Formats: sequence, C-alpha cells, structure tokens
Amino acid sequence: MQNIIEINNLTKKFGSFAAVDDVTLNVKKGEIFAFLGPNGAGKTTTIRMLTTLLEQDNGDIKVNGFDTKQNKPDVRKSFGIVFQDPSLDNELTARENLEFHGVMYDVPRILRKNRIEQMLKFVGLEERKNDFVKNFSGGMKRRLEIARGLIHHPKILFLDEPTIGLDPQTRNHMWEYIKQANQNEGMTVFLTTHYMEEAENVADTIAIIDLGKIVAKGTPAELKKQTGEQSLEKAFLKLTGKHIRDEAGTARDRAKFQGRMWGSR
Amino acid sequence: MWKRQLIRYWRSRGRMIGALGQPVLFFLALGFGFGPVYAKAGGGDYIQFLTPGIMAMTILFTSMFTGMEVIWDRQFGFLKETMVAPVPRWQIMLGKTFGGATIAVLQSLIVFFITLFFGFSPNWYLFPVTLIFMFLLACGFTAFGIAIASQLEDMQAFPIIMNFMIMPIFFLSGALFPLNNLPKAVDIVATLDPLSYGVDGLRGTLINGAHYGLTLDFLVISFIALLFVSVGTYLFAKIEV
Repeated sequence: MQNIIEINNLTKKFGSFAAVDDVTLNVKKGEIFAFLGPNGAGKTTTIRMLTTLLEQDNGDIKVNGFDTKQNKPDVRKSFGIVFQDPSLDNELTARENLEFHGVMYDVPRILRKNRIEQMLKFVGLEERKNDFVKNFSGGMKRRLEIARGLIHHPKILFLDEPTIGLDPQTRNHMWEYIKQANQNEGMTVFLTTHYMEEAENVADTIAIIDLGKIVAKGTPAELKKQTGEQSLEKAFLKLTGKHIRDEAGTARDRAKFQGRMWGSR
Repeated sequence: MWKRQLIRYWRSRGRMIGALGQPVLFFLALGFGFGPVYAKAGGGDYIQFLTPGIMAMTILFTSMFTGMEVIWDRQFGFLKETMVAPVPRWQIMLGKTFGGATIAVLQSLIVFFITLFFGFSPNWYLFPVTLIFMFLLACGFTAFGIAIASQLEDMQAFPIIMNFMIMPIFFLSGALFPLNNLPKAVDIVATLDPLSYGVDGLRGTLINGAHYGLTLDFLVISFIALLFVSVGTYLFAKIEV
C-alpha cells in the first residue's frame, strides 16, 4: 500500500467551534511526516482521531487500511504512540510498564521478554529497568515511552511533541532511535512539534494546519521555496501569521498544578 | 490489569494500612462504647452484631476508592495507555473491577482478623459463602466507583461524593444498628440501600443474624453487582481521554 494513513474530509466540532475543518491528507508508508501548526490549530484533535481516542463528526480515516470508526482493534494494533504528557504508571518499574504494554498488545511471552530487553538497551535504560518510574527524570520517562511504543513493532509511531522539555543530548538520542527504527523497520513516523529545526532536519513531508484547515503541504525544501524563506521557521510564520493563539486551560492543567502542590505521584 | 492493581496495592501497603484505621476505630469505639447500651436494650453482644457491619464498611470504602482511582489514571495520563491498546473496553473494566474488588476483600479480611482478637466469634462453616458475598459486594461498589469516576475530570468532586454518597450509604445500611423496629422513613431508606443487603448477608453467614434472609440478600447483591458492572462498563467505554 502506498498510503498508510488516509484522511478524507475530516471534521470535528466542539459546539460551534470547528477544531478540524474538512481536512484531507495522506501519509506515505515508511516516511517521517511532521504535522505542524500553531497552538489550538487542531493538531492534537487530529491525532486523537487518528488514534481512536476521539470520534470525528464527519469524514473518514484509514490507518494501515483499517477504518478508525469501524475497526478500532486493528487500528490500535497498528500503531504505537508517545503522548505529550507522560502516560506511564509511576508506581510500577520500567520493566513492569513495558511488560504491561506487551500483555495489552498480545505479544507472546518469550517474544515479549526479548523485545523488552531489546528496547531497554535501545533507549539506554537497561540498568534502570527495576527502578520505579516515579524516580525517573523527564528525559528518561520519554525514552521509556518510546521503548514502550515500539514493543509491539507497530507500523506507525505517533509522536506528540516528543522533544518538549528535553535537553539537547536526550533530544539528539531520541531522533537517533526514531530514525533508526524508521530506516531499519520501515516504520512510518507521524509527529507534531513546535521545534522547526527538528522538523526541518528529520521530516520527509510536512503539513501545516491552522484554524482547523491545512494551509500547506510538502517537503521542507518545497515549503521554503513556496514562501521564499530560508528556514522552515520563517516559512511557517509566513504561512500562519505572527499573532499568538490562545488556548483554554483544561482540567488536566488544573490537575497538574494541584499535583505539584500536593507532591507528584 | 488485575495483576497491576495487586502490585499497586502491595506497593502502597503503608497507605492501605493507614486506611484500615477508620474501620478499626469505628469497631473499637462503637463496639465497646455502645456495647453495654445494646446489651441492656436486649440486643445481645454488640461486637458480634457490629463486626459484619464494619467488614462491609471496609469493603464499601476500599471499593469506591479504588474505583475512583480511575480519575488519577486519567489525570496523570496512564488511562490513555489503556484506552489506546487493542483491548476491548469491557475487558479493561472487568480487570479493574476484579482487581479493586480483590483488594477490598483483602482489606476487609484484615479487619476481620483484627476483630477476632477482640472477641468476635463467627460461624466458620458458612465462611466460603461469606467470601462470595464479600466479593460480589466489592465488585458492585468498585464498578460503581469506576462509573462515577468516568463522569468526572478531576478530584474536586471527590469530597462531595464522599459526604453525600458514601457516608449515607454506609450509615443508613444497618451496618451500625439493627433493621427491626426502625422508624418508617429510616426503614424505607435502608431497604433501598444496596449495602444493607451486603451487611445483612455478612451478618447472616457470620452470626446467623440475617434480617432480610440470605436468599434475598444474595439476589440483591448479585443484581447490584451485575447492574453496576454493566453501567460502569458502558460509561467507562464512553470516556474520551
């Protein structure tokens, strides 16, 4: 198959606000695809629909040939995801978190054991495998989440702002792992990020979304040519305008604040 | 998922032992405080009467709390991981429910052993039935906790639920007082309170003191368990993270 993700006329409204407005997009198998846009543009909403966490109002999505509305289990087996906020169980050890994932994705026991060892080595967390995740730094947690996302050897890896809050060394390592997995296994990567230089360096294709609509799509070189700019960042600013977007604070933001007050878990 | 609950329980055993403080306190204070009054009123040994109520209390509190842990998972992100996995939601629900129920029963058994030191002497031959009652009751209330948690986004509502749901369910269930000769209003509420049948079932199997009869208790508790697990599964499946 040529396109591993096919999105057609995708629409999602919250009340009268169209977070995603008639979006049509395709992602080729084996490519690294960067989905860029200002805050509130509809990136996270789109990813949630791609990963079956949210249902669209209109339009259809096919992931790995499976429809996200009709065939959720097969869609879910096809991808791994690293969320923007950590989604690990802090009370379990690194190895246990991976074990849990392996069981949930039906990876048979011996293969599971091997993959866990393999992935822990891959992201450099082998020595910390029996430590509790709550004692990990942000970078270590992110690396563990990448390891976890890959345990079931998915065809697609979704990354939502994967390098936010990471130091340059960790960021560098992270892209190494991702590129390796992409090249060796032909794994498609779908990422969102605000770091333009990273997108520029890593992505094969870029799509820019603003106010729920796609405003541009192409390779980094094409977009720079299209806007006559030297850097992707300038091209992006030209395409989306320079004013700052507002975003509503969610219950999660309040909760994080409370969590910090009472001591994180 | 079941296993995960147990691991988490074992790891947080300090907190769990702390949580036992409340039922044990109730037991000691009320048991020995009201004991003489109860005996004088012709009720017999209050310790015998009270203990099943305290065991049911432990199950109620622990189950609801474990069920509501779903809110923590949601807030701190772990819930997303389970939602995105290719596992049917109902299986996740059952895993959580059984895990939570097992913990609630374990906590209740610890309380039970403590009461044995203070003079509780139950009928042992119906004990397996007691365990069945305990597990069913725990499943029902864990599922209930999960169902409520599915509708909430943060922990802010928790104290409200605590005071306006859990406490009334506990206090009006006959855990602390006999169900015969109640004023009409209290009697009606107690009859509608699912926990009453749980308490009664435990009382029936442990000290032969069932008010509604063991069969009715069993039927109601099973029905409640099925009802809450179904409703819980439906609401849980509809969560959009």
